[in-house]
Amino acid sequence: MALPNKPMGELPAIDNPEIVEHDVDVLIVGGGMAACGAAFEIKKWAGDDLKITLVDKASMERSGAVAQGLSAINTYIGENPIEDYVKMVRNDLMGVVREDLIYDCGRHVDESVKLFEEWGLPVWKKDADGENLDGSKPAPTLREGGTPVRTGKWQIMINGESYKCIVAEPAKTALGEDNCLERIFIVKMLLDKNKANQVAGAVGFSTRENKVHVFRCRAALVACGGAVNIFRPRSTGEGKGRAWYPVWNAGSTYTMCGQVGATMTMMENRFTPARFKDGYGPVGAWFLLFKAKVANGLGDFYAMGDAAKEELQKFMPYGASAVTPTCLRNHLMVREFIEGRGPIYMATDVALNAFLDERREAGMDEKSLKKFWKHLESEAWEDFLDMSVGQAGLWAGANIEPEKVGSEIMPTEPYLLGSHSGCCGIWTSGPDEDWVPSVDGSRAHQYKWGYNRMTTVDGLFTAGDGVGASGHKFSSGAHAEGRIVAKQLVKFCRDNDFTPELKQSAQELADEIYAPVKLYNQHVGASTAANVNPNYCKPAGIMMRLMKATDEYGAGVATYYMTSGKLLGICMDLLQLLREDAEKMAAGDLHELMRAWENYHRIWCVEMHIRHIQFREESRYPGFYYRSDFPNVDDENWKCFVNSTFNPETQEWLCEKVECLNIVETDPWL
Amino acid sequence: MPSYVDPEKCDGCKGGDKTACMYICPNDLMVLNKEEMKAYNQEPDACWECYSCVKICPQGAIFVRGYDDFVPMGGQVHPMRSADSIMWTVKFRNGNMKRFKFPVRTTAEGAANAYPGEKGANLDDECLLLESDLPTPK
Repeated sequence: MALPNKPMGELPAIDNPEIVEHDVDVLIVGGGMAACGAAFEIKKWAGDDLKITLVDKASMERSGAVAQGLSAINTYIGENPIEDYVKMVRNDLMGVVREDLIYDCGRHVDESVKLFEEWGLPVWKKDADGENLDGSKPAPTLREGGTPVRTGKWQIMINGESYKCIVAEPAKTALGEDNCLERIFIVKMLLDKNKANQVAGAVGFSTRENKVHVFRCRAALVACGGAVNIFRPRSTGEGKGRAWYPVWNAGSTYTMCGQVGATMTMMENRFTPARFKDGYGPVGAWFLLFKAKVANGLGDFYAMGDAAKEELQKFMPYGASAVTPTCLRNHLMVREFIEGRGPIYMATDVALNAFLDERREAGMDEKSLKKFWKHLESEAWEDFLDMSVGQAGLWAGANIEPEKVGSEIMPTEPYLLGSHSGCCGIWTSGPDEDWVPSVDGSRAHQYKWGYNRMTTVDGLFTAGDGVGASGHKFSSGAHAEGRIVAKQLVKFCRDNDFTPELKQSAQELADEIYAPVKLYNQHVGASTAANVNPNYCKPAGIMMRLMKATDEYGAGVATYYMTSGKLLGICMDLLQLLREDAEKMAAGDLHELMRAWENYHRIWCVEMHIRHIQFREESRYPGFYYRSDFPNVDDENWKCFVNSTFNPETQEWLCEKVECLNIVETDPWL
Repeated sequence: MPSYVDPEKCDGCKGGDKTACMYICPNDLMVLNKEEMKAYNQEPDACWECYSCVKICPQGAIFVRGYDDFVPMGGQVHPMRSADSIMWTVKFRNGNMKRFKFPVRTTAEGAANAYPGEKGANLDDECLLLESDLPTPK
């Protein structure tokens, strides 16, 4: 018997938190790659009179998707034409992308990478003999013309364990430590009381002390990543934490912007990466650096067979690419599973031994071969240890040595993101350039309205995972996009001089944010177990309920990503009930209060996702999701954006088709 | 469990208000029990195994035990991180060991150039700091 009931965490929440009010010009919400890019760049354009504050839910040194590190930078244009980058992204995302945003990212991204290297990030180089040098060896820098180690056309290898620490440092220095507030979770963006459709502030709370923080601002960047733990993961016990994407990203970017009326785009898109099973270790280096292939349970390299080629013919022009779009690669794999030809193996043993055989045949002596193998083995393990240590732990626990035995590959549960091989997000203005199309109609149909990466809400900007219809930015592109926004924030403030005023009082906001705490304290004594109570539910349970609904009805792993109009209708009904019950979430401590608000964000962005899948009557991304009632890619009717806008006044949604215009030549397509 | 704390080694960061692990955990998992002056992971099933706490702990008191729903017991991956490199020890369930050392940074901590005082030229074009002559699509 544990009576009296007490909060689970070490930092109990109280009914009446202190309220702290801040007046700033620019508010940066988030601390990941995009936010760090903005923090570094903004002071280069702002005068000293502009007050700029960054607010991070965690610590900038290790926050966001790059917290753990990365073994590669996936977007570095280098010697390639930017137009080819646009074509690659366009094809990978099945034709429906904003080419203006992608081109714009492509022309700024290399500068970010050169800065990373200058700041101390070790970048692998090729020596004069074409051998790989790790990033600590003396070699010309990228800026000096050094040759990076390419794996594939766009990716370069790094020793990236400390990638995020290195990027966060100059961001903090540039902005000033005092202007970086950590461990404050912003949960709502706020509109201006007097100016319609203008952002005027934000509200959040500290996860360290009982304080609600209310910000008034003239312009804001919201860049806090995509969404995880929205579909039931394949591992539902402890392993629930081993999400492929950072487990702390709760869809806050999409929800907070959507709720104040920012038009969303391509929210039907999702990413279900095929990764090493359970540990979710990266496969990119295995495919591209080590040239490994995948075999099905029969030992066939199915992706290279005639049946696969024939299947890809159904999805032209996308299927014809030398690099099959990510979703179609998944599609081929999912077919193997459904038709009973699993499991799928990455033949790591075949790949590594092929390198050794090649050297042996070229006459390398045994001593040199041994040295070569040490280097190769080290490269293979570093890929995991830099960015997915849990996968190395799984191999250690299972006695797996990749040169001796292959490892299983499996498509994961779905994630929402806009910077990797996914493109859901927010509809933003492109750069103010002649080559960006001018289109009539509301902002939801236009491609530019004066401020690059501004959402359809005045003064509200986004970057990284937030910007929709322009995937394949990855870490470097997200940083570049943050830098782009930084300049625009300053420009917006110069052009728009007004005094922001909030619609609600600070006390009203604090009451709303601390409602789960009040509910907990009011009812905690009603049962002998704090987590089982007739008057409230707990965040942990609500998250599981959300994930069960999406998994079973919204095309999760339970149905091999299959859904239908009927199933989606049930999913929406369940989400409605879930939203009502979420009002009864209770939190006894500050950590649990954070979990409660993450759930509000998750539920809302999942609803947008399902709403978009309902609206788009086709299956644009086979392998990511399928609609059994509209199983084909239907370019004739659906080669267009789906944009949706929530009206905060009337609480109504508007979903609409928006024309997709090409900027880069379409013939040849690739 | 993901990360766990060795009580023999943890000193609660000597009674500071926040421990190193609390400071760094991206998911707000590490907390300090002030009565015992020991830290612990309060939500193991939300741990990404990102090793941020393991790498930063000044006492070397934090380790990772693989997720109990799919990792067989007995293996361990443990790092020692310095200012310019990281040394990993991978211990297999069968007792085999491997060691790897990788560079992490080529400059001294704190030396990243934030370009203080540097100003951009024209707020009304699309060039960012250090950029000029932006290309346009062909």
